Amino acid sequence: MHKSWWKIASILLLIYTFIGGFLMDVPRLLALEETIRNLYFHVCMWFAMMILFTISVVNSIRYLRTFNLKYDIYARQYAAVGIVMGVLGYATGAIWMTYTWADPNNPAFQSFGALAREPKLIGAAIALLIYFAYMVLRDSINDMDKRARISSVYNIFAYAMLFPSIWILPRVMDSLHPGREGNPALNTSDIDSSMRIVFYPAVIGWTLLGVWITTLKIRLNLLKEKKMMQ
Amino acid sequence: MDYNLKNKVELIKRKKDDAMRIFQKLILLLAMMATSTFIFAQDKDAQMADTMRSNGRIYVVVAVVLTILIGLLLYIVRLDKKITNLERSN
Repeated sequence: MHKSWWKIASILLLIYTFIGGFLMDVPRLLALEETIRNLYFHVCMWFAMMILFTISVVNSIRYLRTFNLKYDIYARQYAAVGIVMGVLGYATGAIWMTYTWADPNNPAFQSFGALAREPKLIGAAIALLIYFAYMVLRDSINDMDKRARISSVYNIFAYAMLFPSIWILPRVMDSLHPGREGNPALNTSDIDSSMRIVFYPAVIGWTLLGVWITTLKIRLNLLKEKKMMQ
Repeated sequence: MDYNLKNKVELIKRKKDDAMRIFQKLILLLAMMATSTFIFAQDKDAQMADTMRSNGRIYVVVAVVLTILIGLLLYIVRLDKKITNLERSN
């Protein structure tokens, strides 16, 4: 393991997140109750996804400036792990939503009909689908240089589409999802200070874990490329 | 001199009154707070997992979750080492 200090930091922060996340005091809120602890897991997935997508687009731009194929591999792998984080965020959000937003007095299909109109859900789904399309586009072109060039340009568009779909649209429309009036989980009125001491380390820990997994994938891919060249 | 002495006595007296008044206000405030929490508790309270916390079962959950987390992290560390070995052999 080389350059391992941040890997150790990631491990320690995640262990702290799991201990603190389950045992520290949280505000007693109606309807949310103990599920507020999901903030340390569900929200962190989205933070990690956003940071990984940002690193991905930076590497795409670096590729277009230098035409070094290494950066294209970086961009692809960061986007892939970002998608994994996004899917995990979506899945955990669906579970959380079932127990806090759905009205147990209504039939399931009626609750689902109301929840499926959530702009935040639709926006996140669009953003993820655009990134799925990036994977399909990149992996469907055989010529290496063409593949790198087209997918890098597409990646910039995909990143640009993140902003209307997950940042702007959910704030313009009515939504049950918190964080509409400001930055979710960063606003002073949104998050209790007792939760900050777990939440911020959790964000860093999860993001570092995502970066770690990505570096492993990048190193494997670079090895594969080297073998193909020989 | 006479005047001064008289004034001082009065001043002390007023201070006492002030202290009494503050004390009364505090008592009233506490009483109001107590009733309000009582009303709140009677009406609706968030259902937290207080029993899990009081009988210590929450630590079982934390132990299970930590085991899974550490297991996964060890797996990643091993993968990392394997890839490093591959890089060295190439």
